Amino acid sequence: MEIVNWLFEPLQYGFLTKALLVTVAAAAVSAALSCWLILMGWSLMGDAVSHAVLPGVALAYIFGLPFSVGAFVFGAGAVALIGAVRSTTKLKGDTAIGVVFTALFAFGLAIISKTPSQTDLQHILFGNVLGVSLPELLQVLVLGAVTLAVLLYKRRDLTLLAFDRIHAHAIGLNTRWLTALLLGLLALTVVVGLQAVGIILVVAMLITPGATAFLLTRNFDRMLLISITITVAAAIAGIYASYYLDVSTGASVVLAQALVFLAVYLLGPRNGIVWQWRRRRARAAVSRQHEQIPA
Amino acid sequence: MSLRQLTPGADAIDVSSLRVSYDDVTALEHVSVRVRARTICGLIGVNGSGKSTLFKALMGLVQATSGTVRIFGAAPKDARKLNAVSYVPQAEDVDWTFPVSVRDVVMMGRYGSLGPSRRPRPADRAAVAAALERVGLVDLQHRQIGELSGGQRKRAFVARGIAQDAGLLLLDEPFAGVDKASEAGLTSLFKDLRDEGKTILVSTHDLAGIPQLCDEAILLHQRVLAHGRPETVLTNENLALAFGTALSDVPEGHHGDR
Ligand SMILES: Nc1ncnc2c1ncn2[C@@H]1O[C@H](COP(=O)(O)OP(=O)(O)O)[C@@H](O)[C@H]1O
Ligand SMILES: [Mg+2]
Repeated sequence: MEIVNWLFEPLQYGFLTKALLVTVAAAAVSAALSCWLILMGWSLMGDAVSHAVLPGVALAYIFGLPFSVGAFVFGAGAVALIGAVRSTTKLKGDTAIGVVFTALFAFGLAIISKTPSQTDLQHILFGNVLGVSLPELLQVLVLGAVTLAVLLYKRRDLTLLAFDRIHAHAIGLNTRWLTALLLGLLALTVVVGLQAVGIILVVAMLITPGATAFLLTRNFDRMLLISITITVAAAIAGIYASYYLDVSTGASVVLAQALVFLAVYLLGPRNGIVWQWRRRRARAAVSRQHEQIPA
Repeated sequence: MSLRQLTPGADAIDVSSLRVSYDDVTALEHVSVRVRARTICGLIGVNGSGKSTLFKALMGLVQATSGTVRIFGAAPKDARKLNAVSYVPQAEDVDWTFPVSVRDVVMMGRYGSLGPSRRPRPADRAAVAAALERVGLVDLQHRQIGELSGGQRKRAFVARGIAQDAGLLLLDEPFAGVDKASEAGLTSLFKDLRDEGKTILVSTHDLAGIPQLCDEAILLHQRVLAHGRPETVLTNENLALAFGTALSDVPEGHHGDR
């Protein structure tokens, strides 16, 4: 009974129910995308897109447009700009990424500093999941469902793209189109995720889930399933923790993901470093014994 | 959109006056070669001589500055759509920690003939099972791809090509990091595939195995230095041209006498 009360108490507040829905949707989508992102080696790209949407969000607030439109335009725009800089210079990929996203982020900060106080920088940067309106909730749910559906439908092609782009090309798949699709889905995922945890922390939702799942399995489908399950569970735990401990919701959700990663890193059944360390100690002990026998 | 058909009886590979550059580095120039169908052709050259680039040109993966490429009479783009080319990458180009199983990799050979979601049909599962059987990896099919030995890894990728049922197999350095026993196994597998009608282009800098494996050889060093039967290609003069002074690397009895 206690525990049931404990679980349902926060849900009597409509805003908390909405926060829970937004966070679970964001967690599921970003956990799925994360698996491809880390296998493509695109973590920095995730960081870039999530920061680059700031001016889009700020302009959307100013002009009363849906935040998702502004964010998506700037997220996709950043990807295009990065691609343009990369293909027209000999700069390394991460350099092009660094130049473009910091510029866009600064542009966003400049816009916000010049506008009246109704655009709350704090909320944009760190999320305002407790203040999510009904239309915003609907946007997140629809975009999240579409993104997840496309990801799952094209999952075999995307996995092939990440594993062996040359083979994908050789068998007649359009690898440019697939790359563009994955980048577009990345931008959509950022749009969904930033409602939950804000621009600064959304990158954690793009990287940590896949990293945790990667440590737990060597099978992609299982990795996807583990990533989504763990991340949704951690997101729910994060929301409750934020309610009962009265800490920032976005921070609490991301910390929950990080704690799961830490636990898997230390104690994961496959390669937890605690076990590695104990195996090494055991081996050292055995070889010490061997040294003593002839003596 | 109607695809051009492959031309029956056409050369498997027909490259003429090909030139490929990366920015200011010229990787290939004046390359003209024809390889008849149903042959095993060795592509020999030092590191940086353009072997991988030639493979990429055959797949239309790098843009030729000039020249033409035909695969069974078709342009690379059409040949790809017709599933005519299969590629086995160099070991260092593969992410061996990637969470896919041996079976998953072989199934990727079927994607070109599957619908947009690439959901396998019973016929595809059967083709994958047959390919695994063929290369002797049935027992290891559920292993993660990196949990195989060097020779087994190569066989997994060859099985992918078998499952794809492509007429032309491109193998980039399949013998690098492979022990002698596995090399012999791969050699006899390639010969069987040739006898079944496949054309195989295999790059290597292991000269010792060439006469045993190949029907013909191409000596490459940015240009084609020699092309013909292995014993006419692997002469001292040719090897000196291709490999500089490193003739002592060539094992006794495996190069021509003239
Ligand atoms: N992506 C690339 N960008 C720039 N130069 C390249 C690239 N790939 C290959 N090269 C250059 O082209 C030449 C041929 O390389 P490659 O085809 O890989 O030779 P091989 O496979 O015989 O070792 C080399 O000089 C190499 O440095
Ligand atoms: Mg090479």
